[in-house]
Amino acid sequence: MESYIPIIVLLGIALVLALLLMSLSRLLGPFRPNTNKLNPYESGMDPVGQARERYSIGFYLVAMEFIIFDLEVVFLFPWAVKFTELGFGTFVAMVIFIIILFIGLFYTLKKGTIYFELKPSISNRT
Amino acid sequence: MAEAEVNSYVVLGAALFMLLNSAAICVYAERRIASFIQNRIGPNRVGPLGLFQPLADVVKLLLKEDVTPVQGFRTIHTIAPMIPVVTALLTVAVIPFGDGIYVTDINAGVLYLLAAASLGVYGVTLAGWASNSKYSLLGGLRAAAQMVSYELPLGMALASVVIFVGSLSVVDVAVAQENWWFVFLNPLGAVIFIIAAFAESNRTPFDLVEAEQELVGGFHTEYSSMKFGMFFLAEYMHVVINSMLITTFFFGSYHLPFAGYWLPEMSTTAKAILDITVFTGKTAFFIFLFIWVRWTIPRFKFNQVMSLGWSRLLPLSILNFIVIAAILFAINA
Repeated sequence: MESYIPIIVLLGIALVLALLLMSLSRLLGPFRPNTNKLNPYESGMDPVGQARERYSIGFYLVAMEFIIFDLEVVFLFPWAVKFTELGFGTFVAMVIFIIILFIGLFYTLKKGTIYFELKPSISNRT
Repeated sequence: MAEAEVNSYVVLGAALFMLLNSAAICVYAERRIASFIQNRIGPNRVGPLGLFQPLADVVKLLLKEDVTPVQGFRTIHTIAPMIPVVTALLTVAVIPFGDGIYVTDINAGVLYLLAAASLGVYGVTLAGWASNSKYSLLGGLRAAAQMVSYELPLGMALASVVIFVGSLSVVDVAVAQENWWFVFLNPLGAVIFIIAAFAESNRTPFDLVEAEQELVGGFHTEYSSMKFGMFFLAEYMHVVINSMLITTFFFGSYHLPFAGYWLPEMSTTAKAILDITVFTGKTAFFIFLFIWVRWTIPRFKFNQVMSLGWSRLLPLSILNFIVIAAILFAINA
């Protein structure tokens, strides 16, 4: 556990540094707010409505895909460290595991999970 | 090894100092190299050859007004710029700069690097969301989708390195490359890692997060003053960090090519100086590569970025991993 102490020290230094930079600009900069300045910037147009509206479902799907495949990567790491000692059986098991995930990947790709094309897409099919 | 066990806190201080300075040098280098490539002069007024330009930029940023949009989420808007800076600084803890010259050697170093790298997404996404501007929101969403997608090939490329080393400690990765750099043993993994590193640090050709033509400033449209400066700082620190990671994992860390075969024994001090020089030289080359690519290759479209990540790089990196595993297994068994 002792080897983690420098990391905690580093985290402390990094946080202090970030806070320092942040507060310096607060202290040194002017503060003269007005309505135009505080409005969101939309290239000179008056902003219409809120920005927190609905957005493409594609982003959610990408996030869901990411969780599945990131877990796969996490599963691979411990095996990759000691794979020669674990023997042939685990090797075959790992290949089967990766093949199953490969099938899943190609299924979702064919289904159009990461479909950000500009052609008529799922969202236009009302 | 580890004869030259330098006090880790000395290394920590030196590394932090160098990292912060290198971000400033990087800004200057980027502008000078850009102007060289585009046949311009570039910044040359502040100090000799314009060397004090980054300093002048920082002073200007500090003296500017700090604006938070009226309907923005004030707390998150303030916290968001700190996240990428802190995570970029955190990565430096496990990178070895020479034989026995490192801050700390944890047995899960590679996982720690992956974890610290993936935390950077939060800063960009929260910044986009908290600004209450449509440009920022789109920039933040793109950043989240892109950085998340390229983390998978990045992780797989790292796994294909770990399989050679048999340890998750970054110091062991560096030591294992004394004779053969991993770029010779695993060239496809190196290419995938470099592409993913470009995408992770949001640099051209993957800088859709801040594409000027469509999104004004992207996720930092509503940021001013040093809050913007911190995103800027973090971007260049990520360039430096990613260059260090490319060097550490694929280009022999602090070793000269095939050093184990021909490099004579030398005193500890001479070896330390040589190691740090070699490491810095390689890192500087990859920083130059980042800048070179930025001013040479135009930006992709978003759908191209996503399909490159998911339907090309990810299957390729998994195949690369499993083929290398099979070959190593056949050799060892």
